[in-house]
Amino acid sequence: MGSTNSTLLKIPNVEVLMQETGFSPAHIIRLHDRFKALDKEGRGHLCPHDFGAIKELAMNPIGDRIIGAFFSPGKETVDFHTFVKILAHFRPVDKDRPKEPNSPEPINSRSNKLKFAFQLYDQDKDGKISRDELLQVLRAMLGMQVTDEQLESIADRTIQEADLDRDDTISFEEFRKSLEKINIDHKMSIRFLR
Amino acid sequence: MESYLFPFDSLICMLLGISFTVWFTLLLVFIIVPAIFGVSFGIRRVYMKSLIKLFEWATLRMERGAKEKNQHLYKPYSNGIIAKEPVSLEQEIQEMRRGSAEPEFDMSDIFYFCRRGVESIVDDEVTKRFTAEELESWNLLTRSNYNFHHISTRLTALWGMGVLIRYGFLLPLRMKNYLSDKVHLMCYRICVRALTAIITYHDSENKPKNGGICVANHTSPIDVIILASDGCYAMVGQVHGGLMGVIQRAMVKACPHIWFERSEVKDRHLVAKRLSDHVADESKLPILIFPEGTCINNTSVMMFKKGSFEIGCTVYPVAIKYDPRFGDAFWNSSKFGMVNYLLHMMSSWAIVCSVWYLPPMSRMEGEDAVQFANRVKAAIARKGGLADLLWDGGLKRGKVKEVFKEEQQKLYSKVLVGSSEDRSRS
Repeated sequence: MGSTNSTLLKIPNVEVLMQETGFSPAHIIRLHDRFKALDKEGRGHLCPHDFGAIKELAMNPIGDRIIGAFFSPGKETVDFHTFVKILAHFRPVDKDRPKEPNSPEPINSRSNKLKFAFQLYDQDKDGKISRDELLQVLRAMLGMQVTDEQLESIADRTIQEADLDRDDTISFEEFRKSLEKINIDHKMSIRFLR
Repeated sequence: MESYLFPFDSLICMLLGISFTVWFTLLLVFIIVPAIFGVSFGIRRVYMKSLIKLFEWATLRMERGAKEKNQHLYKPYSNGIIAKEPVSLEQEIQEMRRGSAEPEFDMSDIFYFCRRGVESIVDDEVTKRFTAEELESWNLLTRSNYNFHHISTRLTALWGMGVLIRYGFLLPLRMKNYLSDKVHLMCYRICVRALTAIITYHDSENKPKNGGICVANHTSPIDVIILASDGCYAMVGQVHGGLMGVIQRAMVKACPHIWFERSEVKDRHLVAKRLSDHVADESKLPILIFPEGTCINNTSVMMFKKGSFEIGCTVYPVAIKYDPRFGDAFWNSSKFGMVNYLLHMMSSWAIVCSVWYLPPMSRMEGEDAVQFANRVKAAIARKGGLADLLWDGGLKRGKVKEVFKEEQQKLYSKVLVGSSEDRSRS
């Protein structure tokens, strides 16, 4: 036990971080501890290998894609700021936040959560989910439990339902529209304890 | 000038001599003699009680100090940083489908896996088991406190005194004791006193008898000392190099133990044969085995390796639970070496633990080794108040087996494809 201020001071730009992400000081400290626990060699940043060491994540069918979401294209390391910003996507939506017209959208808005999920599908980041990309995700989630034909029929049906402009790919808008009725806040939020 | 120094010199020598003699006598009277006769003076219990009072005072002091400065106290997250949804894959998918007619793949299915994945990044069960348990109150050991902070002079002074006592008094006392081992039970008892170990043995009528296997959960090498000071066992284990090897060789001279070369360990049949030979001989001591295979941090019991349960003799389960307030007994062998760990142990306040001897169990009809192992594990976990986990202790070092990922995939495909098969049939 100790007071929070001393630990917070060790983290650079922590005020900015808290404002951008909306995490409380207590949350930031816990995430910092978690970051340090994952960073076994104490380098101050994480690489994909550190995430791979988490057993439950290795067991997740789309574990690799989730790890990929932390690393911007071309970058091989993730520092604490980026780590927290990405995790901020999973904060529950702040219902009582005043709507300021000029402030940027909060990281945990419905739209940003959807964008995060979209990039799990759209690996080449061209803004569209192609049929191939859909097949890859399906294969990852179902493994060898289904045949190729079953996979293809599922993919066909999904594209048929969601693809409104008939270009055989699913854009972000189409993705958003198909998930209109889903309670995104509930599905894509993690309850952080006090 | 020289004559000036001379009288002082002899005075100092005399003082040193006297204090050394006094110290040694005290040592003899209070520690070694009672150990030989198995008598306790009850001093240790008083020591323990006063330590608890001290820790509570220190905690209150720190809380007050933090409140004065209007800051939040950082409470260690012993229960996890997030609240995980206990919803399973099937439940989640069914929930999402409630609107539509048939359960088919939907783009939103990925949310479940995504959320679970990120949850495990923030907080996962397994890594938690392999880091030392965090304490609610501070026990004046900097190692248990992540944010040591100057709260008040009094507290710091107390801490300083604690350091002095522990390193200047308790440590040399224990080193002396620890190194003088010769006779079996007596030397273990000395060790127990040396560590200021206050052990409560429960249900001693269930103590392991000859011709059986004693099975216990594993937290530190001290488990061995604790169990061995209350009864004679034959040890099983790998031949170690270094300090452990020396100790092992010394032990073999006293009692017939079963030590294996590393290469032999791979040959499971050889191991099983040697164990069953030993067990079959009624005159031989019960074998002590730690089936988890590695040290766990004493908040849970991990998967038992089935080898010891295949032998088919009576198993005497023993549950060991340490009180973490006095000193963390967990040995993180990937972080600390043996000598480092021993230093930690020797300079803790005390080792307080409880040992429960459970009634003997045997394999039932139609039960295979794995089921038997799980049954024993559940009994030990229940008695010791530890969480009963399915996870393999080997996860401390090894990679997750592919089979776990396949389980997830199977589950998901059953929900999707299984239901579409129902549709085509109807």
